[in-house]
Amino acid sequence: MQMTSDNENWEPKIIAFCCNWCSYSGADLAGTNRLSYPANVKIIRVPCSCRINPMFILRAFQRGADGVILCGCHPGDCHYMTGNYHTRRRMTLLFSMLDFLGIEKERTRVEWVSAAEGQRFVDVMNDFVGQITELGPSRRLEDLRCRTN
Amino acid sequence: MITRISSEKLPELLQQISEQEKLYIPVDKSDKLSVYEEYAPGKVMSLKLNTLRSAKDFFFPQVQPMAKFRMEGKKIEVMDQRTETEDYCIFGVRACDVRSFDVLDRVFLADPVDTYYEDRRKHATVVSFACSEPSETCFCHSFGIDAAKPDGDARMWIANGNVYLEGITEKGEKLLQSLDLAALGAAADDAAVQEVEAEQQRVHEIQKRMPLYSLKPTDNRDKELEIFNAPIWKELSDKCLGCGSCTFVCPTCQCFDIEDFDSGHGVERYRCWDSCMYKDFTMMAAGTPRKTQLERFRQRFMHKLVYYPIRNDGIYSCVGCGRCLRRCPIHMNIVKVMKAMEEDA
Amino acid sequence: MQDELIKRACDLLADGTVNRVLGWSAGDFFYDITPTVFESAEDVKKNFVYNDFCGANLSKYLIAESQKEGKIAVFLKPCDTYSFNQLMTEHRLVRDHIYAIGIECDGKVSAETLHDAGIHGILNVQKDGDELVCQTVYGEKRIAFDKAEDERCRNCKSRKHVVYDELLGPEGEVLDSHRFDEVEKLEAMTPEERFSFWQGELSRCIRCNACRNVCPACTCELCVFDNPKSGVFSKAASNDFEDANFHIIRAFHVAGRCTDCGECSRVCPEHIPLHLLNRKFIKDIDTLYGDYQAGETEGQMSPLSAFTEQNDAEPSIVQKGGIH
Repeated sequence: MQMTSDNENWEPKIIAFCCNWCSYSGADLAGTNRLSYPANVKIIRVPCSCRINPMFILRAFQRGADGVILCGCHPGDCHYMTGNYHTRRRMTLLFSMLDFLGIEKERTRVEWVSAAEGQRFVDVMNDFVGQITELGPSRRLEDLRCRTN
Repeated sequence: MITRISSEKLPELLQQISEQEKLYIPVDKSDKLSVYEEYAPGKVMSLKLNTLRSAKDFFFPQVQPMAKFRMEGKKIEVMDQRTETEDYCIFGVRACDVRSFDVLDRVFLADPVDTYYEDRRKHATVVSFACSEPSETCFCHSFGIDAAKPDGDARMWIANGNVYLEGITEKGEKLLQSLDLAALGAAADDAAVQEVEAEQQRVHEIQKRMPLYSLKPTDNRDKELEIFNAPIWKELSDKCLGCGSCTFVCPTCQCFDIEDFDSGHGVERYRCWDSCMYKDFTMMAAGTPRKTQLERFRQRFMHKLVYYPIRNDGIYSCVGCGRCLRRCPIHMNIVKVMKAMEEDA
Repeated sequence: MQDELIKRACDLLADGTVNRVLGWSAGDFFYDITPTVFESAEDVKKNFVYNDFCGANLSKYLIAESQKEGKIAVFLKPCDTYSFNQLMTEHRLVRDHIYAIGIECDGKVSAETLHDAGIHGILNVQKDGDELVCQTVYGEKRIAFDKAEDERCRNCKSRKHVVYDELLGPEGEVLDSHRFDEVEKLEAMTPEERFSFWQGELSRCIRCNACRNVCPACTCELCVFDNPKSGVFSKAASNDFEDANFHIIRAFHVAGRCTDCGECSRVCPEHIPLHLLNRKFIKDIDTLYGDYQAGETEGQMSPLSAFTEQNDAEPSIVQKGGIH
């Protein structure tokens, strides 16, 4: 898989930050149910969606991600009671700021996926990968030094 | 020999130079901004007193890629990042910035020679530009610089609707000779020399009325320790925010750091400006040698006004361009330090 | 006004209320203002300055000064009082060691603006109605006061002192400002236009850290950008990503805490309009979570520390057309 080249074989690279308690289990469930989602999605497990610092997202783009998606428990279901409420506010503001700087707003997303929603996890990932494929490679937050070719 | 052409012909002059070699001129980006840019037809030279950033960028850029390392198995491939430098011309450099090149030369071209710097330096032809309207923040004359007669490879005046050109070094003469100045209606007569002299006289008169006219650095070469231990530093450094604006806009500040960037599939080594005002400056395993802002602040000014002159025949590492006077967030600048030193002495 | 301040400072030193006074002094020019701690009435009488150029926000200095022995008197302009409250909320100040005196402010001027307007060789500046009259080596030059003013003062949000121990002059009013106009103008552009606008601005950044070091909200002992272990440590931005990264993170770290004092834009040697980033956050917060002015009262809950269970917007609001 070519990561960030301009050639025709380009495939998007997606980073999915998944909370340990809901979304990561959701992804797990998708796996045990043999539901498939695109291999472009690289999952990074985090203890809670609010563990995600804006820098994680920027760094993913720096190092060649074309899209970054955050998955956490549905509001009200956070293992730590309030973590995802904070995620919700922070990411709304951060995404709005990225949009303000002219960075494509379609490249970032937050979705709530519970441990029981294996199918939903798959649907979300399919949709997101489709959206990013349409957008093409991410260039506006890319660090050229990190290109592999 | 001083050659005179009409200032309407300046764009054509620039065009001619750009046909010889790459040409950089100061360009106004807005009221607030003038920066050096590569010349292209239609670009107008800025007549602003000075560019926002100094001209040291040409020889000592903020970021200079040095080498790339790639690893395959146990083999490490090292790639030099140097590219072939072509001859180029920097046009319209003010007298203060021209002197700063001398200051930098004494650091980078002294043994061991910094080849990155040397490479850029030797390919450059510097055409300087005499000041016609100095500002109150200018104090280049304090360091023996004549704003109305700058150094460089060639110099230029703009006055009375004319451009006056004079070659100084062999390189500068060569550049002027390579141009078809006759096509621009050039004249080189005694009148041109007299007009330039009158212009210089006029600027010198203006300088005399500036508030910093009487400012003179004190030769403290024999009082290194005394000044180092003087109580003035506490008060001066007390309100310093520890940012690096003064060092980064300074044409003579030359501290740098070498850093490695791990790109995930190799390492890129680059050199970048560093500032003695930062608390992590010259950080070592055992910590930093200058733990307080007082020590860091003192270092900057001791270096410019005492250490550098000691090592360089009394030449100061300040050229009086006034950039730090304008940019320091709290206006704690070198003039205030010079005055405090003088009072202390 | 300056005389009134000097007198008050001397009185406070004389009656032992305070042992130091935090104010401003000038050097060779009347405009090269340095925040200064005065320890004696003689020093105050000789060097204390208050004029149209005293823009520096003194609240930042209280972080260190209020830790010291004894009480310090400080002169706070309205916008400095907001920073003061915010620092109190964040437990950065020792309140018992501070005697805060609110002083009037009619907008501040930077000498940079005068230079940029082509006024050189300045010897003296006087206010004459709506104009500044500059005596220069090249003759008298006039400039409209609002043209010479800092952007933050042209779009002043409030002339109200939100905290003080004593007031010299009126308490002041919160103003109807147009401070979000510029943000709205950018929001109305296409993403491509915004991207090229910000690239043009941010690529000039020289990472001198003046914006960070002057900011009263930036009070970390060790900034993430100075920490070699943070992964984003760098002394220079070697490409566009690092420029953007620094400024996004800087603005995000002060989001919900930034009082919009405008010091970042005032000190930027490259004239990058950094306040626009902070204001975008402020505007979004106002729109989404209700009007919030950091520093308005002590002990406020930052909108980024708070939340509501039911009513908060989903991040997808950005994709659905943005927050306007």
